[in-house]
Amino acid sequence: MGKKHETPLLDELKKGKWISFVREMERAAEKSERTEDLLGQVEESYRDKITHWKHGGMAGVRGYGAGMVGRFSEFPEKYPGVKECHSIRLNQTSGFFYNSDVLRKLADIADQHAGGLFNFHGSTGDIQILGLTQADAEDLFQKSAELGFDLGGSGSDLRTPSCCVGPARCEFANYDTLQICYDLTHAFQDELHRPSFNYKFKMKFSGCANDCVAAASRSDLAFIGTWQDNIKINQGEVKNYVKKFNVQKYVLDKCPTKCMWFEGENLVIDDSNCVKCMHCINEMPKALKSGDQKGLSILIGAKAPLVTGPRMGMMLIPFYDVHEDSKNDYEWLKGLISNMWEFWDEYGVSRERIGELIARVGLVTFLEGIGLEPTIDMVREPRSNPFIKFEDEEAGAE
Amino acid sequence: MPEEVKKKRITDVGPHDYHDYLSPMIKKNYGKWAYHEILDPGTMVHVAENGDKLYTVRMGSPRLVSSGFVRDISDMADKYCGGYLRFTTRNNVEFLLENEKNIEPLKKDLEKLGYNVGGIGNVVANIVHTQGWVHCHTSASDASGVVKSVMDELYEYFVEDKLPSKVRIAFACCLNMCGSVASSDIAILGTHRKPPKINHERLVNLCEVPSTIAACPTNSIRPEMVGDKKSVRVNEETCVFCGSCYTVCPAMPIADAENDGLSIWVGGKVSNARTKPTFSKLVVPFIPNEPPRWDKAVQAVKTILEAYKKGAEPGERVIEWIERIGWSRFFKITGFEFTKYHVDDFRLAETSMNYSSHARF
Repeated sequence: MGKKHETPLLDELKKGKWISFVREMERAAEKSERTEDLLGQVEESYRDKITHWKHGGMAGVRGYGAGMVGRFSEFPEKYPGVKECHSIRLNQTSGFFYNSDVLRKLADIADQHAGGLFNFHGSTGDIQILGLTQADAEDLFQKSAELGFDLGGSGSDLRTPSCCVGPARCEFANYDTLQICYDLTHAFQDELHRPSFNYKFKMKFSGCANDCVAAASRSDLAFIGTWQDNIKINQGEVKNYVKKFNVQKYVLDKCPTKCMWFEGENLVIDDSNCVKCMHCINEMPKALKSGDQKGLSILIGAKAPLVTGPRMGMMLIPFYDVHEDSKNDYEWLKGLISNMWEFWDEYGVSRERIGELIARVGLVTFLEGIGLEPTIDMVREPRSNPFIKFEDEEAGAE
Repeated sequence: MPEEVKKKRITDVGPHDYHDYLSPMIKKNYGKWAYHEILDPGTMVHVAENGDKLYTVRMGSPRLVSSGFVRDISDMADKYCGGYLRFTTRNNVEFLLENEKNIEPLKKDLEKLGYNVGGIGNVVANIVHTQGWVHCHTSASDASGVVKSVMDELYEYFVEDKLPSKVRIAFACCLNMCGSVASSDIAILGTHRKPPKINHERLVNLCEVPSTIAACPTNSIRPEMVGDKKSVRVNEETCVFCGSCYTVCPAMPIADAENDGLSIWVGGKVSNARTKPTFSKLVVPFIPNEPPRWDKAVQAVKTILEAYKKGAEPGERVIEWIERIGWSRFFKITGFEFTKYHVDDFRLAETSMNYSSHARF
């Protein structure tokens, strides 16, 4: 067994009602003694109020440039179990569905080849196994691959795509988030495993505007389910809701476009003014359903603050007919994505997210570069400054 | 041996096909769900068009879990769910049951093992968080410890439906903001307050100077010769302590035990329901790190949550409540001090100013 460390500060975090990560680390240490040293080092961080991991560090498997995050202890002699303490990302399943059989096999792999510790899941979506050495990497990778779990992304590549629970267990889903996430992940295996971009690129799939995987905030390319025709109303169920709560106050008055009203006892929706925000459907799921012409909106450019400030995804394609395109193996969508990546490759600079590139060169230049026309849905409002760059041919030659 | 290994290696197989892990009832009713109902903060039922009912029991998770945890939930899935389960996008575990009678026995078993059932409805669901001192080199605080401390304090809001609407809390240990700090109802962010220290001796060997310069959001880094070594200089007047330069250049460490800590943000959301998605905004610029329990940060979060609970109308998310009552009243009610640090001075900052005579007295 590895040397036991005194952990009085971490021990405080075994108290309280919420399940304790310290308890989990101790359980892992029973199976994998290197995690004893992880507890020791984290305790030292709690004492010193500072991280004790060395900067960066390379680690990986042959043939891939991504999938592992290298990490080395500042105190390898004191904590030899975490001298090397890398994490490896395994591509999760669509919708995070598993069975007990495969989870137990993954648990065995984590005990045998790493620190017996997981993150279920990393923020991007991957299963992370913590605490392996470079020497473990090949075995861990191949054993996981035999179970059908390849590595996920890291570095300047396509990161692991992720999706909401979608049609597997949600009546709001407007398209098959699990299938397109699975299909595109397979289609772009090379871009995911072998970094060739200026910087990272993320894709996330949400089945409706509730955006349960936070696509519009956490992915460069966000796919948000929507519909083009009318919300389907079950007037009988509306009446049941009216008996239960104040539908006027909590549904109709909260509609952002005020496009709903009662005519007698019947609910009426002016669908031409509906922005598909989901509020009324969320509040009365038995009475209201999205329309039949389902598809998705594509938003682009979301990112965290570094370097030029945080960005949300902005509307790029108001309606993409994913059902039609999936019949052709997503030919149109793959063409669009490949145009974006080419433009980004040509005009982006190192460590520039695609949202920053669009902000730098201007949306119209970007649209021309990838072969799309500007549409009014892309803007909140038209420009209010007059600094317009008219093109020569429109102004007429002198 | 190496040739043999090369031949047999499996690569580019991608993720496992999710169909293999969908229960028979989910496969049968895939895309054919009619509606759902929340039965209590730990349980909901989805009803299919054909009347089939699928019950979901949601369990909290610290996200950083042992192989023992994974085996525990596997045992529970075998006992009650035909072996099937899933995780949520907030890192909770969901057991998918076909038999309503199994709900209470499953909850009891989970309780016996020390797990928490809840997280559905108008609650504080799990806190999306990051690596912290457990695995990251740029962290300004610890993730798991702060999250555990906040969830212990707010435990009643995970297991009981007591809030006007759902409240999403997120944590990130530095302003890389891995996860969802940028757009959560309440967000806790690791924060530095001092410029990086520069190791001039080693910088030229460890770092690429142009990419180090380009990493700075405020253009505060310039190339400079120090003695006979190529290095960089940081303009400390304009440095905002973001740590981006350290990410690309190991010779510019920024972590500082006494000056690192947390900041608190509110009013972000990603859903489009009613109002558009929006970023979280600053409430408390700095709270010192206080391991292991981070009492001041926990109390700040609790103050916001309780003021929201008291003031918001049913159905209002935190930002909808604040925009109705105004930011001045929000600061008055919560007692947080409004300081010069709250006034945006980064690019396009002026978009956050008040271009009107609207004021609340």
